[in-house]
Amino acid sequence: MEMFEGIVLTIITAATPLLFAAIGELVTERSGVLNLGVEGMMAVGAVCGFAAAHLTDQPVIAIAAAAAAGALMAALFGVVTLIFVGNQVASGLALTLFGLGFSALIGNAYVGIPGIGLPKLDIPVLSDIPLVGPIVFGEDPLTYLAIVLAVGVWWFLFHTRAGLILRAVGDNHVSAHSLGYNVIKVRFLAVMFGGACAGLGGGYLSLVYTPQWTQNMTGGRGWIALALVVFATWLPSRIVIGAVLFGAVSILQLHAQAIGVGIPSQFLSMLPYLTTVIVLVIISRDRTLLRVNTPACLGQSFVPDR
Amino acid sequence: MRKSFALAGAVLALGMMAGGANAADKVKACFVYVGPHNDGGWSQGHDTARLYAEEKLGDAVETAYVESIPEGPDAERAIERFARSGCNIIFTTSFGFMDPTIKVAKKFPDIKFEHATGFKTAENVTSYNARFYEGRYIIGQIAAKVSKNGVAGYIASFPIPEVVMGINAFMLGAQSVNPDFKIKVVWVNTWFDPGKEGDAAKALFDQGADVSVQHTDSPAPLQIAQERGLQGFGQAHDMIEFAPKAQLTAIEDHWGPYYVRRIQAVIDGTWKSQASWEGLKDGLVVMAPYTNMPAEVAEEAKATQAAIESGELHPFKGPIFKQDGTQVIGEGEALDDGTLLGMNWYVKGIDDQLPK
Repeated sequence: MEMFEGIVLTIITAATPLLFAAIGELVTERSGVLNLGVEGMMAVGAVCGFAAAHLTDQPVIAIAAAAAAGALMAALFGVVTLIFVGNQVASGLALTLFGLGFSALIGNAYVGIPGIGLPKLDIPVLSDIPLVGPIVFGEDPLTYLAIVLAVGVWWFLFHTRAGLILRAVGDNHVSAHSLGYNVIKVRFLAVMFGGACAGLGGGYLSLVYTPQWTQNMTGGRGWIALALVVFATWLPSRIVIGAVLFGAVSILQLHAQAIGVGIPSQFLSMLPYLTTVIVLVIISRDRTLLRVNTPACLGQSFVPDR
Repeated sequence: MRKSFALAGAVLALGMMAGGANAADKVKACFVYVGPHNDGGWSQGHDTARLYAEEKLGDAVETAYVESIPEGPDAERAIERFARSGCNIIFTTSFGFMDPTIKVAKKFPDIKFEHATGFKTAENVTSYNARFYEGRYIIGQIAAKVSKNGVAGYIASFPIPEVVMGINAFMLGAQSVNPDFKIKVVWVNTWFDPGKEGDAAKALFDQGADVSVQHTDSPAPLQIAQERGLQGFGQAHDMIEFAPKAQLTAIEDHWGPYYVRRIQAVIDGTWKSQASWEGLKDGLVVMAPYTNMPAEVAEEAKATQAAIESGELHPFKGPIFKQDGTQVIGEGEALDDGTLLGMNWYVKGIDDQLPK
């Protein structure tokens, strides 16, 4: 049982950074903006979170710093693509390259220093319930934040007026504009939110997952988050499924190796990507649903007529 | 799309130029790293050694490095750029740089190349390595003494001879203490990915291992060990800061003295191609302080280390059996270097199947 608990806990921690980054990117893309800079924003979030933790010793400030750093990076992207109407794909890729390099630069002083780590939530009595206790009540606080975020984003997008406006902007920016909504403003806020989430995902890596800072520690998770958004057909619930599935297969393949199942390790290393893509493709076979959920103006720049 | 590629190119070019423009009379030594120069592991070991050489040789040498070069075609480009930028000696510091190094070396016969941890040499290519397996034998003994479950978790990178040799040496060391010692191996197919290495450590610990050994470069597995109140061994660097309660010792790489000698040879004009393989006795492999273990275990580890240094003990001394029971070498003999460098089989007692 202890082993089962351990595995479930590990899977959830592996899914958390992906969930953060993907849920943020989902909001960004729902507003019609494709920001390929997730990896870069995560890296900057990771280093800033780590630096803040190191300087202040306050976990809350560290988490806020990670989110703020991600949001700032996103704001840079917003200025370039929304105000100066730069190409979103090129700017996003540049943001990733810039973020990876920039994070290495500011992180130089923090390499080789252990992080402070974040305390786990420990509710007396509840956390001690066998099996369920540690899994449901014994995660680190950021994991709960990620779940709350996912539910919150779902509720916001589909049950609030502001969410409807955001989707309208992403589906048809010309109509939204003619109805009097400020397309640029809505998109800018969505981009900032996406950046803050990516920053949190990065912060999770450097504060909880492996409390340390090293260059390129995001290890491609930003790209996986981006892919998850597409395969989840822009639906928050499927992002949760995708993130957990990816986490599960990537952890279970390690267990399979440790048990010694005799499958080539290279194949097992490939499995998380393969499984996630296949499963999400299967659940996305409904063409109408796909058409309804894909933001029609994704990646298109908007210049208001004056 | 095009814009960003141009940007990437410019960034790369700038990195290459840093420390370019060399004075003609200085020897220029260049280093190609597979990871960031400050990865806290393998590449940092080489960078520390580069700075050591700079300090020792003073004005006679200038150095340059490129970092995070992936193994493969990119490596060839990076090495060739160095060759064209006036480097006199180029150190390529990862196994996967072997073929690119040989290829580029053919085009630049006047430049000296030194490739780490491979097995190919040429007129102007030396291969150099350190006998890390000596350290791995020692930590195997320690693991067998401190492990309560008698199971070690081994986080391995790629199934190349260097890594397989390490696993075997560890196992032989452990078996010399506890013949029934078990080892669980996880291949993460990367040299450096803290997240993945940490995940592997968690999986191994969840399956009952209580000591971690790694052939990957980040301190993440040790951090997990510390978190779980278990123990492990550091890799390439003393990682005690990351896991003050968990690290038992670490196998440290000290390439500095070697680099000084080789660059000096270029300055003196005495450089010759060779296959160099030095270990504990030469100071290339250094054991971090033996900590977090009972005093007698530390004493025994020191004794084993002394025996290896004096040549009295060879970690791969016979009799050695393969997994399937075939005998490789008999009593009183030890495996030769050629066999070690091409090792692609497990010793008896390891349950894992070696990936092909």
